[in-house]
Amino acid sequence: MRPVYAVSGGVSKFAKARPDKTFPALVKEAYDYALADLGIEHPRFWELVDATVASYFSDHFERQLMAAIMAQDYIGMLPKPSHRVEGGGATGGICFQEGWKAIASGYADVVLCYGFEMMSHVETWKGNEFIALASDVSFDYPVGGFYSGYYAMMVTRHMREFGTTVEQLAHVSVKNHINAYHNPYAQKRMRLSIEDVRAAPMVAWPLTRHDICVMSDGAACAVLCSEDGLTKLEKAAGRDFPKVRVTAIGRGTDAMRLSDRPHQSYEDFYKYNALPNEMEADSRAYYKELWAHGFRYPGVHSFRAGRMGSREAYKNAGITDPLNEIDFIELHDAYTSSEIQTYEDMGLCRYGEGGTFAASGKAFMPGIDYGLNLADEPACPVNPSGGLIACGHPVGATGLMQAVFAIWQLQHTIEQHFGDPALQVPDAHRGAIHSHAGTGTYVTVSILEREEAEGAQ
Amino acid sequence: MSEQKPKKALPNKMDETMEGTVVFNVPFPTGDDLSALKDMGAIVIKQPYAIEYNYSYGQDSPFFAALANRRFIVSREPESGYTYATPRGHDMYTGQETEWVEIEPVGTVHAFTVCHFGSEEFLPQCPYVLVLVEFEGVDTLFLARLVGVDPHEASIDWVGMPVKGRFLRNSKLKPTDIYFYPA
Repeated sequence: MRPVYAVSGGVSKFAKARPDKTFPALVKEAYDYALADLGIEHPRFWELVDATVASYFSDHFERQLMAAIMAQDYIGMLPKPSHRVEGGGATGGICFQEGWKAIASGYADVVLCYGFEMMSHVETWKGNEFIALASDVSFDYPVGGFYSGYYAMMVTRHMREFGTTVEQLAHVSVKNHINAYHNPYAQKRMRLSIEDVRAAPMVAWPLTRHDICVMSDGAACAVLCSEDGLTKLEKAAGRDFPKVRVTAIGRGTDAMRLSDRPHQSYEDFYKYNALPNEMEADSRAYYKELWAHGFRYPGVHSFRAGRMGSREAYKNAGITDPLNEIDFIELHDAYTSSEIQTYEDMGLCRYGEGGTFAASGKAFMPGIDYGLNLADEPACPVNPSGGLIACGHPVGATGLMQAVFAIWQLQHTIEQHFGDPALQVPDAHRGAIHSHAGTGTYVTVSILEREEAEGAQ
Repeated sequence: MSEQKPKKALPNKMDETMEGTVVFNVPFPTGDDLSALKDMGAIVIKQPYAIEYNYSYGQDSPFFAALANRRFIVSREPESGYTYATPRGHDMYTGQETEWVEIEPVGTVHAFTVCHFGSEEFLPQCPYVLVLVEFEGVDTLFLARLVGVDPHEASIDWVGMPVKGRFLRNSKLKPTDIYFYPA
C-alpha cells in the first residue's frame, strides 16, 4: 500500500436549517474552503484531481435520488470518476476510507471526498421516522422505531451491568458543549452544567435532550493524495504543506437488530476482540470476573463493530496503548452514552469502566474551564471539536467533518480555522477519527499522524 | 448551582402547526436591476410525498401467522440448538437454515426505555415503554412494548423484571401483535 496524505478540508457552517442553499451549493461551500486553504484555484485543481467519492445517507432526507451526481456536477468535477457510498451514520467515515483505498491502491494520486445531508426539509419527528427506517422494518421499526429509544435501552443495560450513572453521561455533554463554545462551525455552543443536562426535557429515559445530537444541514470535504499527488499539489500551490498522513484504517460490522447481538464467551472475546492493552494478567482477571457475573460480549451495551474497527486500525498503525499513544480522538457521540461505550470499544479503558472514565477528566481538553471537579489530568482529549452532540450531525458530512478537524489539529492550524486557539490539542502528533452507523452496525476508525519536516524532529 | 430553580417553567412558545397559506405570487424587483436578488431569502414550499408498499415478510411470514393465532414461534439452528427470539431464516454462524419452534412468551426485561418523543407515526402514543425481552434457553432477544408500568416512574430496577406476553385479539400482522406486561 502506498502512503496516503490528507492535505486539506472544508466544512460548511452546520445549522438546524440552511434554507439559503441547496445541498450541491453546501458542498461547494465546503469545497471552496478546502481549495482556498490549499491556495489552488478550481480549474487547476480539476486538472490534478483523479477521482471523487461522495457521501450522503438518505434519499428520504434529500428527496432526490442520485443526489451525489448533482453535487459532483455543481462543484465542477465532471467528468471525473466518482461513486457514492452509504452506510448509515458511518457514511462519512466510509467515504474517507474509500478515498484512502483509491490512493493506497495506486488507482489515484489525488482524491476529493465530499459529503452532505439536508435534514431540515422535514420536521424533527419525520426525520426521526426516516432514521428509524434504518432499523429492521419487519421487527424493530413497527414496535415504536426511534433511535434515541434504541440507544436508551443500551444505556439501561450499561447502567445495570456496570453501575454507570446519568451524571457520568452528563459529563460528556458538558465537555462537548463547552468545547464547541470555541468552535465557530458548531451548531450548539453552550456552557452547560451537569444539572442543566439532567433538567432538560426527557427524550428517551434516561437520555435528555442534551444527551442527544441534533439534526443538521451541512457539508464537508477532504482532499487525500499520494506522495506524487502531494508533489503535484505543492507545485500548483507554490508552497509546502504541513504533512498529515493517514497511517491506518479499520472497520467492523455487527447485526442490524440489537436483539441479535451475540453473547460471546470470555475465551472468544480474547480470541477475537481483545486489544493489545488488555492482554496482561490484570485485565484478564478483570474480565474473568465480569464474565463470572454474567457479562456477555458484546450484548447490547457494547459495540463489537467499533472494537473490530479499532483493533484493525491499531494493528495497522502499530498502536498498543491507545490512551497514551493517541493525542486526541474525534468520535461518533450521537449520544453521550455512545461516547462512553466507544471509550471502551477503543480501549481507552476496559469494558465497564466507561462511566468512571467519562467523569475522570482524562477525555477533557487541557486549559478549558468546565466548572467541574475532575480528578485526573487530560490524557487523550475526546471530541475537542464538540463532537456530534454540539457540532451537529448532517449524516453524510459528519465523518468527513471529523477528518477535517483532525487534519487541522495535526497541522496545528486550529487557531487559524476557528479564530480561537483554545481547542488546539498541544503538540498533536497522532489522532483517531471514529464514524459509527445504526445501533453499531458499521464502524470505521482511521488514524492520522503528523509527519514532521525532515530535520525538524 | 445553589439557587433554587422553579419546579416547572410555563411554556413561552406556542406549538407550531404544519398548515400554511396558499400563495399565488411573491415579491420581485419591478425594474431591470436584479442585483438585489443575491440578498433574497429562500422560498420554502410544502412538498407532500406518500407511498404505500406491498411489503412481504418473506421467509419470516410464519412468525406473523403464528402471532395472529396467538402463538409465539422462534428460530432454532437444528444442529447447534442456537435459538433466535427474533426470527431468522438462516443461522449466522453455521449458515444452516433454521427451524421453527414454539416457546412460551415468558421472560425477563433485558433492557428498556420510556420514549417521551419519537417518530411521527408513534408520537400520539408517547410516552411508551420499549423492552428487549430475554427468554430462558433462547440466545437472542425480542423487541416489544411493555404495558402495566408507570412510564413516569421509570427505574433501573425494571431491568430483570419478569414479564409475560399477551396477544392482540385483532391481529394487525405486526410484531406488536404480542406485547408484554409484568408477570
